[in-house]
Amino acid sequence: MDDPVILRVENIVKTIGGQRILDDVSFSVKKGHLKVLIGPSGAGKSTLLSCINFLSPPDSGTISLDGKAVDGKSRKELLALRQQVGMIFQDFNLFDHLSALDNVRVALVKVKGLDKRAATNRAMEELARVGLADKSTLYPAQLSGGQKQRVSVARALAMDPKVLLLDEPTSALDPELIGEVLTVIRDLADLGMTMVMATHQISFSAALADEFLFMERGRIVERGAPSQLLARDSGSRTQSFCAKLSELAGDGHCEIAPAPRA
Amino acid sequence: MDGFIAFAWERIIPTLDAGLWTSILLIVPASLFGVAIGVSVGALRVYGPRPVVKTLDAYVSLFRGTPLVVQLYFWYFALPYVRIGDFALVLSPMWAAIVGFALCSGAYQSEYIRGGLLSIKRGQLRAAQALGMTPFQSVTSVVLPQAFRRALPGCGNEIIYLIKYSSLASIITVSDLTGMGRSLAKSSFRNTEVFVVVGLYYLALVTIASFLLKIAEKKLEIPGFESKRE
Repeated sequence: MDDPVILRVENIVKTIGGQRILDDVSFSVKKGHLKVLIGPSGAGKSTLLSCINFLSPPDSGTISLDGKAVDGKSRKELLALRQQVGMIFQDFNLFDHLSALDNVRVALVKVKGLDKRAATNRAMEELARVGLADKSTLYPAQLSGGQKQRVSVARALAMDPKVLLLDEPTSALDPELIGEVLTVIRDLADLGMTMVMATHQISFSAALADEFLFMERGRIVERGAPSQLLARDSGSRTQSFCAKLSELAGDGHCEIAPAPRA
Repeated sequence: MDGFIAFAWERIIPTLDAGLWTSILLIVPASLFGVAIGVSVGALRVYGPRPVVKTLDAYVSLFRGTPLVVQLYFWYFALPYVRIGDFALVLSPMWAAIVGFALCSGAYQSEYIRGGLLSIKRGQLRAAQALGMTPFQSVTSVVLPQAFRRALPGCGNEIIYLIKYSSLASIITVSDLTGMGRSLAKSSFRNTEVFVVVGLYYLALVTIASFLLKIAEKKLEIPGFESKRE
């Protein structure tokens, strides 16, 4: 457990329209670890993720990457932070006028300043990694939801991020397409990518996560290893939330005691 | 009818051809400047800082809210009397017309572009910024190319309007199609024939422009941005 801390989030407060969306949230992520944010809609999971890369800047609190606090007022530091923190959105947010290849390539050229040849090679590598090498010329309108999300993963990975933030990456997908995206995420976890993921896929993430953070009304109200929080007799909020979800879905997936991560 | 054809062939067409070039020399730069103004003003009105937005909103309401004839009179007749210190700007009739058309067209174009920009989902801007793009890069390489495609039918419409309102240049003494037509009509007293042919010239210009715009739309077409929906 002596992996270095990559991302540290301290005392984040965010108010939107007079409402406290995040109320003194703190956590840290070690290299190669996966933290999973769980909680009901409106708990602040998405806002927390977008505070980390300052897409919605926190009102107060500190974000530190590699032990260095980010100055949210410095444009240069912000751009540098965002290059190093990848983000996956619920509704993909691919650039609709660019092919899959160009979606991955555009930031390599514009932000990283790679020449076109190197950017193309890198982009093709990343598309191959998510199994879409043969779809590189297709436009977002020609891709399925699962394929779009995999392109967006490739786009984020091409920037060599130190941390990947995933905001409900499978919530906008048809049930039969969720699997292909989860497979990609599992591969990333196995490769040691540092990730923070908000999700409702509790049983899936239980097998991968180092820690569950259960959020409610802008606070982290529970945290712990998935096996511990999901234990049937734990009496945890996480357990009852998960039980409720699986009851609604009718799949009874909450009981599994996840195997400890290799 | 024979008389008409001979008259058209010998008098009207040579006269109008001289004016046609003048019209084209007005329309092409005015529409290009108009689109350039429209794209920059439209983008700044959506993404610019507040004082800039206010200023440009004022520009649009001024140029959409006053008659184009009055604007042309201003650029040609009134501007020389507006002195800043010892300096007064005197525009030739051609330049007064080009400036007048471009500024008016730009005001309308900016509305089409603004509409196009607003139709692009905010998420893509967030995604661009999450990758480390500057706001300027996000707008120019992600949002504008899409907005422009969405706005193209409207922008083309405005160019077609411009072709027709270019005829107003004749009232500030530009010898364009309409100007040449009017003097011929006056000297020959054959108003009907002359103005029918003038109309046909504009119809031809508009037809060519529509054709070029269709080609542009086809060239820019990509999946998800089709000009026709199945």
